[in-house]
Amino acid sequence: MLDVEKIRAEFPALSQLINEQPLVYLDSAATTQKPLAVITATEQFYARNNANVHRGRHTLSEQATLAYEQARAIVAGFFNIAVSELVWTKGATEAINLVANGLTEQLNIHSTIVISALEHHANIVPWQQLARRTGATLLALPLQPNGRFNTGQCVEFIEQHKPTVLAITHASNALGNITPLEAILHAAKQQNTITLVDGAQAALHLQPDLQQLDCDFYVFSAHKMLGPTGLGGLYGRYDRLNSLSVYQTGGEMIESVTLAKTVFRQAPAKFESGTPNIAAVIAFAHAIKYLKALDTANVYVHEQAIFNYAAKKLQAIDGITIYSDLKSNIGTLSFNYKDEHPYDIATLLDGYGVAVRSGHHCAQPLMQHLGIKGSVRASFAFYNNRQDIDLFIAALQECIALLD
Amino acid sequence: MIKTFKEIALSLESAPPWQQKYREIMLLGKQLPPMSEILKTDDALVPGCESKVWMYLDFDLEENTLVIVGDSDTRIVKGLLAIVLALYNGLTPEQVMHTNAFAEFERLGLIQHLSPSRGNGIKAMVERIQTMAQQKS
Repeated sequence: MLDVEKIRAEFPALSQLINEQPLVYLDSAATTQKPLAVITATEQFYARNNANVHRGRHTLSEQATLAYEQARAIVAGFFNIAVSELVWTKGATEAINLVANGLTEQLNIHSTIVISALEHHANIVPWQQLARRTGATLLALPLQPNGRFNTGQCVEFIEQHKPTVLAITHASNALGNITPLEAILHAAKQQNTITLVDGAQAALHLQPDLQQLDCDFYVFSAHKMLGPTGLGGLYGRYDRLNSLSVYQTGGEMIESVTLAKTVFRQAPAKFESGTPNIAAVIAFAHAIKYLKALDTANVYVHEQAIFNYAAKKLQAIDGITIYSDLKSNIGTLSFNYKDEHPYDIATLLDGYGVAVRSGHHCAQPLMQHLGIKGSVRASFAFYNNRQDIDLFIAALQECIALLD
Repeated sequence: MIKTFKEIALSLESAPPWQQKYREIMLLGKQLPPMSEILKTDDALVPGCESKVWMYLDFDLEENTLVIVGDSDTRIVKGLLAIVLALYNGLTPEQVMHTNAFAEFERLGLIQHLSPSRGNGIKAMVERIQTMAQQKS
């Protein structure tokens, strides 16, 4: 059993009052709260260890470089990848843009890019732009009316269209639904398709082994995994990664520069121009260490228990429609009450100290697909307990009474 | 019967539990006269909002007053809109320029609804009204 109370004590933000009531934080899909280990590491770095990396022979700089590269090794270890296959970016969004831009020279009018209607805008728009630049065709995998994939249909679609690139989410940010990646990636591999998986939502909950997952690229966001904001990561299978053309140019990423010509370094350095977010990288390694110290299996069991408990209580309320797949989910409940606007429900819930998200969740094509304007989204993490769910449901019932 | 701003302020000030305040706001939204669908053009739509908010602004040359009509698909924003309308509708440009919605919302304990993060369009709406008043004065 996971000692949730002990865990909660390590997340200072969770113990505060919001609108004079205990905070019920159900917006971890937007960003997770941070454990003390991360907060302390950030403070320590700026208070004592601050120096720029990869340059300077003085002690502080050497130490900062060491800590920075150790952090890369810790995070690479977490995903079971090589350190040379991990690029730091400012977020998952930038990681996708880096790949989409880097592929420009590899695509042409005969190329096909496949995405899905389930994607976050960050995994749609960069591909639309790539298609525009190269003349490639952009297609969406078939999605059932309820927002779930039918594996057979997806495989068939991939076999039929033989995509050059396939970009797909590991789990939906709006619904929490887990994508049946294994079959989809396997089918794509048969077609020699370049695959990118958006792990922004799933990485914390599913803690994937990326060698096993067998995709070419995987992107994640540190702040959705207990780490600081302004940092993300890109995993790239080395040959695929190194074959991308450079994204941004400048210092740090060069081998040699003359006024006439520049020689770029090899990946990952060639994608990391300028001074990186050193403090965030180091603090993120502390987040990963913290996460690894917890029992992964128990974390998953607890998250699923909280999710199922909440789903059952929510389903019992008359007039609630749930859009999330309750069978295969990272712990997100997307719902509406009758035809009430999600904005009203989220605003009223805030009065009770309950933090949820409302709106289209940066997934407008999915909302169009489901035929709704938006939804209320309650998303959980391992630091949520049953009391959070009880308070949430009680508050929701009060909101409904106010609206009815 | 449309309440005057004074009446609204009185009822909100005497509604201490926040639930009562929201109930009052939603009621004000319900009492707002309907906005003709013809007026709900793209131009009238306040951009970048989570909720849909329309505002149609006109100027009555004879009376020298602003005419404001609005609607929203959410109850709370519609109620807040009703408060803004009660504050500004039928005022002369000079009166509008001397009426500070931010100060009034602050006084009513509603200022958080004018924060940019709420994305509800109320702030943008107040700015539109003020801009028109400046142009007409």
